Amino acid sequence: MSSFINASVGKKFLVSISGIFLITFLAVHLTVNLFLLAGQESYNMAAHFMATNPAIKIMEPLLALGFLLHIGYSAFLTFTNRDTRPLKYAMVDQKETSTWPSRNMFVLGTLIFIFLVLHLSNFWVKMKFGEMSYIDYGGEMVQDAYSLIKAKFVIWWYVIIYIAGAVFLGLHLLHGFQSAFQTLGLSNQLWRKRLMILGTAYSIIIATGFSIIPIYFLVNAFL
Amino acid sequence: MEIKLKIWRQKNATSEGTFIDYILTGVSEEMSFLEMLDFLNTTLIERGDEPVAFEHDCREGICGSCSLYINGRPHGPGNLVTTCELRMTRFKDGDNIVVEPWRAKSFPVIKDLIADRSAFDKIMEAGGFISVNTGSAPEANSIPIMKEASDEAFDAATCIGCGACVAACKNSSAMLFVAAKVSHLALLSQGRAESARRARAMVTKMDELGFGSCTNTGACEAECPKGISLAHIARLNREFLKAGIKS
Repeated sequence: MSSFINASVGKKFLVSISGIFLITFLAVHLTVNLFLLAGQESYNMAAHFMATNPAIKIMEPLLALGFLLHIGYSAFLTFTNRDTRPLKYAMVDQKETSTWPSRNMFVLGTLIFIFLVLHLSNFWVKMKFGEMSYIDYGGEMVQDAYSLIKAKFVIWWYVIIYIAGAVFLGLHLLHGFQSAFQTLGLSNQLWRKRLMILGTAYSIIIATGFSIIPIYFLVNAFL
Repeated sequence: MEIKLKIWRQKNATSEGTFIDYILTGVSEEMSFLEMLDFLNTTLIERGDEPVAFEHDCREGICGSCSLYINGRPHGPGNLVTTCELRMTRFKDGDNIVVEPWRAKSFPVIKDLIADRSAFDKIMEAGGFISVNTGSAPEANSIPIMKEASDEAFDAATCIGCGACVAACKNSSAMLFVAAKVSHLALLSQGRAESARRARAMVTKMDELGFGSCTNTGACEAECPKGISLAHIARLNREFLKAGIKS
């Protein structure tokens, strides 16, 4: 096992598997968030279901581990790769041969990480440890996460930051989705094309899905 | 036509290199890129200057010796061509052409435009073979092989080991080269038995020699003069995973 992890391909497996795990998480995250569009009670109940679900309780530390593995190993590989060409080319022309996101996954990853820190401190920390108000829905006291989110998304520059975060995530997935399957060996000439299409569709869904929510609140505040 | 060349000149492996500008007149469109360099060298020799050192052999795109990084691309503009197959019709009068050697820690420059690519030989020595003697070319029908498998194995076997994949890769990874060799042997019955072990041995050697890891940008496939597919890298990854499970 140690020789597997020591090899570059072994480390890449971990980045891919954790990446696919995070991709799955995003789908769940977006699904719950879309309840925001259905109104205060719908979203608060959905968030309450997630917060009290024992399966989610187990997934939370696993998710943290997924992030750590993904960030840790990809950072390690990126820094190792930087040393492989001590003398750079005077002229590089890659516009026809590879895409910008594929060459800048670490840059995009870093931007997403900065966004993630801000995002967690905005919501997750407050919902977990902060002073929250509660609403009584038919005898059950439920945390009013909706109002917390609404208060943030009426501020225009928050909305811009969240749209930027969603776009960075979309660009990261544009390469990351099919790349993860390729690294796991789950690709060939035919499946590569299918994964490209699937990955592009997924990236667009994630980027627009997460952008719609802050835009919805901002627009509503002005209506 | 007249072209302005910017060529990397380096005395030997230990000295520091630099770019030297040359203006070359009387270049004809019919020349291949290497003939143009021959022409430049003739003028340099006549002037009493040291000619530009570059590697070449077959000059018909099958040996993998030529290896020039031209205007930011391995083997220059266009796809599916080696440097020797590149024609001056690709350029026009007054063009600036930057010529560099392959640059990677694992491919140290030994003189001018020549990089030492023996790291590829070391990767081959680590596992790019079949351990038992399988005899001379067998009778065609004695070992039935699926047409798709033989076609794919042949596609992988067209790799000439020029190193354009390493030169093109932002991580200087040799994964496409290793994948071509692993795939070629893994698809055929003689090589299949050792395929997982071979994949691990060759990847380990590749890492050890200082090549980077693959981030699936696809630049190698796009620049490969033989069009070796990324699908071979997926197969290498599968074989490597198999080796990991077995151990």
